Amino acid sequence: MPSLHLILFLAFGAVCVGGAINLLAQRHPINSALSLIAVMAALAGEYLLLGAEFVAAVQVIVYAGAVMVLFVFVIMLLNAGVEEETKGSRVAILLGVPGMLTGSVLVAWVVLRQAGTETVAIGALPGPPKDIAQLLFHDFLLPFEVTSVLILIAIMGAVVLASKPDSPAGKADS
Amino acid sequence: MPLPLYIFIFVSVIKSLIVLVVLLTAVAYTVWLERKVVGRMQNRWGPTRVGPFGLLQPAADGLKFLFKEDLTPPHVYKPLFLAAPMMALICALTSISVIPFGNSITIFGYSIPFEITDVNIGLLLILGVTSLGVYGVALAGWSSNNKYSLLGGLRSSAQMVSYEIALGLSLVGVLIQSGSFSLRTIVDEQGGHFWGFIPRWNIFHGQFIGFFIYLIAAYAETNRIPFDLPEAETELVAGYHTEYSAMKFAMFFMAEYANMITVACVATLLFFGGWHGPLFGPRLLEALLPLFWFGAKVFCFIFLYIWVRGTLPRFRYDQLMAFGWKFLLPLAIANLVATAIAVAW
Repeated sequence: MPSLHLILFLAFGAVCVGGAINLLAQRHPINSALSLIAVMAALAGEYLLLGAEFVAAVQVIVYAGAVMVLFVFVIMLLNAGVEEETKGSRVAILLGVPGMLTGSVLVAWVVLRQAGTETVAIGALPGPPKDIAQLLFHDFLLPFEVTSVLILIAIMGAVVLASKPDSPAGKADS
Repeated sequence: MPLPLYIFIFVSVIKSLIVLVVLLTAVAYTVWLERKVVGRMQNRWGPTRVGPFGLLQPAADGLKFLFKEDLTPPHVYKPLFLAAPMMALICALTSISVIPFGNSITIFGYSIPFEITDVNIGLLLILGVTSLGVYGVALAGWSSNNKYSLLGGLRSSAQMVSYEIALGLSLVGVLIQSGSFSLRTIVDEQGGHFWGFIPRWNIFHGQFIGFFIYLIAAYAETNRIPFDLPEAETELVAGYHTEYSAMKFAMFFMAEYANMITVACVATLLFFGGWHGPLFGPRLLEALLPLFWFGAKVFCFIFLYIWVRGTLPRFRYDQLMAFGWKFLLPLAIANLVATAIAVAW
């Protein structure tokens, strides 16, 4: 009899895959965004089952709670309508579905060959916040800080692109 | 000693039921308290007719919500219009599950803590679930297909995302001091006294500014006056819940008050020592006093909420955004840096 752990893992995995397929199948952008939120939340559940509580919480706070809120916000603000079907989209379905299936089978095959099927006990990998902090702020401090500078540059680029210097929009909050 | 599985499940179900009933009763009587206190502040009586002091008013309101016609306007996007109030309420009720109300009690040799579950990322879980609560409001505004609702939903999501940052940063100071995400550990750290009489609560332990940042950001997160722009009735009719009626409206209403209670609980746990307080008297009283202290502190916060509502006018929207980003956020970062330096010293 499979353990409760395995059943939950498979259930969250099913939600993940189902949500991802629904994301593609839905016509309305809001429904697609909501399916993506379901995928994110299910992924957080998987992390939790793997013993990575901190990563699970951050997944919910950052991706499901902040990034996707902005997605939904933009969809609402632009009032994006139903997706249009063109010739290109039919070609994309015809080529994309088999291509994606082949790709994922290939990836799974390579991973199984390389890593094998042996399992790791829960808690054997760094999961608690203290371990992650040790890795981020001690062992990999330089790459971590360089990444944050990269993100800062991206934010500055977005600000420069968004603000036109001669439009009155920038002075609205005086 | 640890509980056997079937007793654990039984105890958890019982605890969930108790917490749910207590929370919903608290929500109902917070509404009553608000109407009563704001009434007295505005020199009127508030509810008086149903029961002594209007105490049965929440029951009457609940019945009225149940018997009202459940309208669904024809032009709405139905699946989300129905799902939005549920999302808001579910998120509001979930976050209470990790809040410890008191120390543990021992029954038949088993130690049972006063909370539904103690996860060691408790605080992050509350932050995560509250951040998901935005969807209920935002989607309600969008799916109503009404310009006032949409504006309310947009305002609310922008406001919640902005103030969430200051809210999160104000809590990091406390986390640095106690070195844990577990709410139980954070409260345990705050036991004892300075010089024998000032309690070692975090607010007296260097987190004074952090507490005020949290308080202000929490008002914005719960859409309360002076930050209740998502439902500003002078401009937006009723904001995101303009098209909602009967029980669906009541769900938003309950979610708002449940969020208020959660925010008050978190403030009590993180800054005011949770259930710590003077213990005295016989064994039974001593075991129940922590619950009383916790409840009393939460009550003070809820009273403060109502007091502020009776006192302050509403901000303008650009003032709200400028205040959040240009004042509160830098202050929270400065507080965080100062705490980190002080702890590293």
